[in-house]
Amino acid sequence: MSLIAVTVIGHDRPGIIADATAGLAALGLNLEDSTMTLLRGHFAMMLICSGDRSPSEVEGALAPLAADGRLQVSARAVPEEDGSGHGSLRPYVLTVHGGDRPGIVSAVTGVLAAAGGNITDLTTRLTGDLYVAIAEVDLPADADADDVAVRLRAAGEELGVGVTLRPQETDVL
Amino acid sequence: MSIADWTEADLGVPGHVLTVVRAPSAVLSTPSPLVDPASPEVVQLAADLVATMRVSPGCVGLAACQVGVAAHLFAVDVSSHPKTRTSHGTFVLCNAEVVEATRKEKGREGCMSVPDLTGDVKRATRLTVRGLLPGSGEELVVETDAFEARALQHEIDHCGGFLFLDRVAGAHAIFPRQTYQ
Repeated sequence: MSLIAVTVIGHDRPGIIADATAGLAALGLNLEDSTMTLLRGHFAMMLICSGDRSPSEVEGALAPLAADGRLQVSARAVPEEDGSGHGSLRPYVLTVHGGDRPGIVSAVTGVLAAAGGNITDLTTRLTGDLYVAIAEVDLPADADADDVAVRLRAAGEELGVGVTLRPQETDVL
Repeated sequence: MSIADWTEADLGVPGHVLTVVRAPSAVLSTPSPLVDPASPEVVQLAADLVATMRVSPGCVGLAACQVGVAAHLFAVDVSSHPKTRTSHGTFVLCNAEVVEATRKEKGREGCMSVPDLTGDVKRATRLTVRGLLPGSGEELVVETDAFEARALQHEIDHCGGFLFLDRVAGAHAIFPRQTYQ
């Protein structure tokens, strides 16, 4: 069994997911994790599938999707990740909002990276002049979250954007 | 008096409809200073907030910073919203603060100052708020629940310089506001 990462991006239309997954199913591949969204109206999907097939076989099976030149499809072999080994972590949610300008995400995420923070999910939206970024961040258990929040706000002030960092609330039932 | 007995007629001045400012605007991201509830400017602003709230479809609350004024007051009226349980009608509070907040639940929020997005935010559904009435300056304690509690926390956040975007539950908790036809 090997893992293959598939990305499909381009012009949105009904049926892309149905067509792509039909191609993968025909190869006997099993869908594991996937995510799909529209980015400024463009279809964007990433998924990991498993099975005894090569990336080139997958690209071949999905070639009809890209035939009209409006969708790009790629398939690459990826190794297994065990998802452990990150030590003790605490989850936080970061919000950044303000006037759009280049460099907002890089400045703010640079502060997180310097603190050993690992972003596990990120959504950014530009609506009109308003730029919004929401990130889920794992901070090392020994990181001083208040200090990180102060440095994030300082980085935001230089860019004229508001930044908040707060613990992620998880209810285990 | 009870907050439920208050009406904007108590202000004694007609309100004018003001323009609602949108993010990104610095006034929305800055804590608003406390106000003198008896000052004529605050009384007029209170009337203006109610008037602006009334003409805005679906609007259940409006903070002063949303009309571009850095001042710690807001208007609320959730009386005609379907998610409302307890409602105290139309009222304006100055310098309001949360005294007690319990029983958090997640709900979808929008904001006139962020017209293109909505977000899932956890808010207390049992809430006690203390604030001052515009004009008389009388201190009142409002105990409420459900949607009125959510609206009050949203407006008090505005006065602190926070948008609902600063409270959303995670990276997949903001949504483009769709208009289906």
